[in-house]
Amino acid sequence: MKLMLHVAPGIVRQPLIASVILETSALVNIERASIDAVSGEIVLEVPAEKCAVVKEAFERRGVKVVPLEIPVIRDENECVHCGACVSICPTQTFRFEDWRVVADEGKCIQCGACIMGCPQRALKLVLK
Amino acid sequence: MPTFEKFVQEKSLSEINERIRDGSARVVTAEEMPDLVDELGPAGAVREVDVVTTGTFGAMCSSGVFLNLGHSDPPIKIAKAWLNKVEAYGGVAAVDLFLGATQPSEDRGIEYGGAHVMEELLAGKQIEVEAQGVGTDCYPQMELETNLRLEDFNQATMVNPRNAYQRYNAATNSSDRTMHTYMGTLLPRLGNVHYSGAGVLSPLSNDPSFDYIGIGTRIFLAGAQGYDMGSGTQHNPQNGFSTLMVTGDMKRMNNTFLRAATFHKYGPSLYLGIGIPIPVLNEKIAKNTAVRDRDITVPVVDYGIPRRDRPSLKLVSYEDLKSGIIDLSGKEVSTSSLSSFHMAREVARELKSQVEAGEFLLSSAVEPLARIGSSRPMKQTKESPNVGDGMSRDVVTVRDEIRVDEAARLIVIGSFDHLPVVSKDGRLIGIITAWDISKAVASGKSSRIAEIMTRRVYSVRVDEPIELAARTLDTHSISALPVVDRDDKVIGMITSDHLSRLLARRR
Repeated sequence: MKLMLHVAPGIVRQPLIASVILETSALVNIERASIDAVSGEIVLEVPAEKCAVVKEAFERRGVKVVPLEIPVIRDENECVHCGACVSICPTQTFRFEDWRVVADEGKCIQCGACIMGCPQRALKLVLK
Repeated sequence: MPTFEKFVQEKSLSEINERIRDGSARVVTAEEMPDLVDELGPAGAVREVDVVTTGTFGAMCSSGVFLNLGHSDPPIKIAKAWLNKVEAYGGVAAVDLFLGATQPSEDRGIEYGGAHVMEELLAGKQIEVEAQGVGTDCYPQMELETNLRLEDFNQATMVNPRNAYQRYNAATNSSDRTMHTYMGTLLPRLGNVHYSGAGVLSPLSNDPSFDYIGIGTRIFLAGAQGYDMGSGTQHNPQNGFSTLMVTGDMKRMNNTFLRAATFHKYGPSLYLGIGIPIPVLNEKIAKNTAVRDRDITVPVVDYGIPRRDRPSLKLVSYEDLKSGIIDLSGKEVSTSSLSSFHMAREVARELKSQVEAGEFLLSSAVEPLARIGSSRPMKQTKESPNVGDGMSRDVVTVRDEIRVDEAARLIVIGSFDHLPVVSKDGRLIGIITAWDISKAVASGKSSRIAEIMTRRVYSVRVDEPIELAARTLDTHSISALPVVDRDDKVIGMITSDHLSRLLARRR
């Protein structure tokens, strides 16, 4: 299960992930992180059974947590199933099934590579 | 009945049209045909199948529509016109405009273009028309604004100079940066391959010697019945890259098969569905329509080389491309398409049901398509300078073991801003700037330039056009590039100052 963390300016310098790992003993994998002087956006892979406790531990520290249940939001009216998103995705979220593009849950890390790669502008990131 | 096998199987077009009219025509898609021909043989297939429907759906940049506005009062002879701020060509008579699919808008840039105007018109939306007139005795009006829907135009006739490529080169990128092209996003270091074209369903791949397709052939054009006007621009049948020039009434088209698109950092384009039903008149046509993905090959071209003659890395088939992975230089590379095979199937299936329902008749061509075409490179009469013409040969290179203070002294003496760093045999391995040295001195940490030089150094070859050097400087926001020879040895520097001097002299 993937969790997206939105870290507010006030706490971005605290060792949030380390302290949550120590508290929950969850085997957390950082899949993507972009942190600058004022805020942070981090995507974590967390084992399914630890998801609830990890989410709660981050929220207690003031981090906004969004479980990435939907990989990306797709406008079915715009998608023509061309496949421009398939080979540019770093985590192989998209694949063809009988020549229709399908998106697998649990793979997307919200990097956004597919958003501009889609000629029909049919894709959107969760919460963007 | 084995006795039939002795005779060459042939049917006439009027026989087939008769069957279409009475609803007894036997129609298959080009995807179903290969197995049938394998099973029945070409002669058997001629007996059993009347029509093979093909289809393709992809970006067809070379498309546009002639729009007739009708005459205003007072009348205007339009010199320039914009539809939703997308410029349409007005240099044809008074109120005829040609709107090209790839023309970007003046207010929204490439996210909205000619293709989007067409899509909105077809969806029944109203568009803003602005026009500037020439002002003549017979057409006194100078300016005009009006809002129009598709039905308000007298004619909306699509005329596409180059559509339905028989097959298309696949694209990859060997350079070290992501490229945004009309072949989509190409990841660095052969990170992916993009391809286009319907392979087994491609209309021209099913009739490569033009036994049926020619001038006047009735076609499925984005849901309407359109016509082939002849061979398209850059038609190159000698090399298996035939194209069509097509026309059709946009008012009869269907939004499902006409979709506006934008390629990131490239521009707008139009996705179109085109299909051609091919009558199985004889065994040759039966064999041709039995073509499979594995029979149609294309080169994988390296778009990392920004020149017209981009190198081809490998020849692959549509079967290879559609498998999702191909091998390139010993590396497994993920492939995906930019055209939609799903939609190409929809075109072929829709066409099949229209033929079966007696709604789509086949037509004999006035002339076959040209068997010899032309896709020559541009004749360039004004020579553009090479990097060698603008660069400075006065370049000092250093080895990476020298000290920071020595490098600083060289920069001061030579009044350079950049020092290329070379290996023992003179090959470029890095670069150091006056700024790098200042930083090193300020921090007081480093003593050898090997520790502070930039190793990811951009360079240009002496025989490359000056435009490439300018593009590289601009893309990476840098001010100077080492110039290397064929062996990667540094022989000069080219800076933004050199480029502006060269440009000033040219004007």
